Amino acid sequence: MSGPLVEVAGLEVAFGDVRAVRDVSFTIGPGECVALVGESGSGKSVTARTLLGLTGDGADVRAATLRIDGADATGFTERRWRAVRGTKIGYVLQDALVSLDPLRPVGHEIAEALTLHRSLTRAERTARVVELLRAAGVPEPERRARQRPHELSGGLRQRALIASALACDPALLIADEPTTALDVTVQAQILRLLAERRAAGTALLLISHDLAVVAELADRVLVMKDGRVVEEGPVRDVLTAPAHAYTRTLLDAVPSTPKPAPARPPGEVVLAARGLVKDFKDRRAVDDVSFELRAGETLGIVGESGSGKTTTARLVLGLLDPDAGEAAVDGRPWHGLTAKERRELRRHVQVVYQDPLGSFDPRFTVRRVLDEALEVGGAPRRARRDRAVELLERVGLDASVLDRRPLRLSGGQRQRVAIARALAPGPRVLVCDEPVSALDVSVQAQVLDLLAGLQDDLGVAYLFISHHLGVIRRVSDRVLVLKDGRVVEAGDARRVLTEPRADYTRELLAAVPTLPSAEPAH
Amino acid sequence: MTVLAVAAPARTGRRFRPGVWGAALFLALIALAAVAPGLLVHGGPGDANALDALTGPSAAHPFGTDANGRDVLTRVVYGARPSLLAGLGATGLGVAAGSLLGLLAALGGRVADEVVMRFMDVVLSLPTLLLALLVLTITGPGTLNSIYAIALYTAPSYARLVRVQAMVIRRSGFVEAATSLGLTRARVISRHLLPNAFAPLFVLATMEVGLAIVAASSLSFLGLGPRPPAPEWGAMLSAGRDYFSVAWWTAVFPGLAITLTVLSVTVAGRRLQLRSEGRSA
Repeated sequence: MSGPLVEVAGLEVAFGDVRAVRDVSFTIGPGECVALVGESGSGKSVTARTLLGLTGDGADVRAATLRIDGADATGFTERRWRAVRGTKIGYVLQDALVSLDPLRPVGHEIAEALTLHRSLTRAERTARVVELLRAAGVPEPERRARQRPHELSGGLRQRALIASALACDPALLIADEPTTALDVTVQAQILRLLAERRAAGTALLLISHDLAVVAELADRVLVMKDGRVVEEGPVRDVLTAPAHAYTRTLLDAVPSTPKPAPARPPGEVVLAARGLVKDFKDRRAVDDVSFELRAGETLGIVGESGSGKTTTARLVLGLLDPDAGEAAVDGRPWHGLTAKERRELRRHVQVVYQDPLGSFDPRFTVRRVLDEALEVGGAPRRARRDRAVELLERVGLDASVLDRRPLRLSGGQRQRVAIARALAPGPRVLVCDEPVSALDVSVQAQVLDLLAGLQDDLGVAYLFISHHLGVIRRVSDRVLVLKDGRVVEAGDARRVLTEPRADYTRELLAAVPTLPSAEPAH
Repeated sequence: MTVLAVAAPARTGRRFRPGVWGAALFLALIALAAVAPGLLVHGGPGDANALDALTGPSAAHPFGTDANGRDVLTRVVYGARPSLLAGLGATGLGVAAGSLLGLLAALGGRVADEVVMRFMDVVLSLPTLLLALLVLTITGPGTLNSIYAIALYTAPSYARLVRVQAMVIRRSGFVEAATSLGLTRARVISRHLLPNAFAPLFVLATMEVGLAIVAASSLSFLGLGPRPPAPEWGAMLSAGRDYFSVAWWTAVFPGLAITLTVLSVTVAGRRLQLRSEGRSA
């Protein structure tokens, strides 16, 4: 076979009035790895789905050229598309954690593609499934094939999905955000697996919002914005010498620079945890965690899923009672307080969640959200409207959002409203639980800048929880590394993230994909 | 600090919706019929003319006449009040009792939960009509008593829904956010938990209004609701059934009144719910 696997020219996809993809052209050659990079809504997933005839009913797809493996696909019937899916092009869906049928063993899921496209005996199929799982790096493939998705970890589920996409040896594998929901060490393993497939001759179309993920794998990269390709070229050139302003914005927004020293020396201790322990049934979620947080500084807590980050947050927020140890805000421990005293203490420690939308009453407008928080802070009714506008301005919004519901705001705006609400009662401490994990990278940078500015102005202390080391590096003065509920390393952020002492911290840091840098590393 | 430009508010869907308008118009008509039937038709629901028995729709009797020669249109109009009263009353009472029990189960601790929910199971395990008959045998027939009977057997499903909703919402992000703000437990429950727990109840209840009207009709058919000469859609429908092959209008018009009322209530209820959630469409 010669010539490109996929050849697209002048691709246009529209959903009603919305033009999702505009004049996109690219080719993917055999064994090549091409990356589509962009933020949410940039049209990257729609472009990929077009290659599988999966744009959906409402879509109006036009293209000057759309050739798959040499055949003109512009007039493909559903039947022809089905022959393409799985055999010529394998597709790994976004959301590895929910893309598998929860009621069927994963082996059956993988065997399904074989049943559809290959005539094999039952025994041959079983053998092939085991072989595929083994190739995808799943340990004990015979046993795993008989298990259901909930019995597998996130990384294993993603491996099983990749195995099913590869079942019929497609020449091209499309992976849509293959590592987005995964922990960084697991992400590194999946990227290694994809690199192996590529070395074995499979072409890859990689879709990601994460430039660093792409940097490790791709030969060529296409940067998309609002449905258009704004820049394309070899990955090294694009990432080290971006020609388009938008690519530069994306690159600059990747949080990597360490936090400058705080504007003023940290003040008194505003939040203290001493020997916190919390058990859930048979599992110890938090095991002997201690730290102090001073006014005006940021303590970053980093760890993978299940490391006890969020439970620690809930303990210091007084939403959970520890089984041992104590958490104290402003020198006052939560335990032993009456319900009324607890409520008063809550004003001093506020929280910003990963999912701002879920943290707002769906019936409430922004005005009511802020009004309630101000009421708790003791502001008189008449002063509240002005205070609400003041708060919105503080977080970079204006009064025009007051009467809108959070559902109608963008992700970044929602998180700004959540921050405004948290500031309303005048807290000394803000617990930020993955506050930027659900945001696009450029929005992420804006929110992090906002938080930094607020800290300088207000002297509020942050307990900043994230699984993302780049974000942690950028915001933290000091860092706590959690694993399985225990503190494996703690100390000054620069020291921990550049000269880690614990093996686990080293492992974490090694797993982080990095951007190629134009200048030599310092 | 820079101020982000904010896009103009999205269109709130003020386009013309014939379905919603039709439903609203029909409900207004039914409401008028219930409040002041004399404005819509001349004559009373009991006025009979034996010579005109079972005549088809005509200019004098647009909906025809029944076996006793009574004007079907007049009776349909006069039937609106008892029918609506039964439907709304039974639903209202069922929702009120069900929500109280559901909240008690969700928020009152394990013992309250067990006691309430097992009692609900017992009620749900009895055939509905049998339960209603039991109640009416004890209390005696009548419109009010049939309302009690229907409320009793609809309450468990409301209770279950409210309980599950309350349990889910109690663990939701916004309830935790409100708690961390420092709101009192009572405030969190009344301001965030209740209204959100009731939202799906509202939809169920609007549909149940229709079922309650039908249930009340079934009871009156059995002679346990309002007594036969009184106009009531369900009773008229049941009576008309016997003449359906020769005089379709005696059953079709009261049946249509029930169907259109249920449909309109559902359409309007759905619209109100979407609006309360801040969504259009």
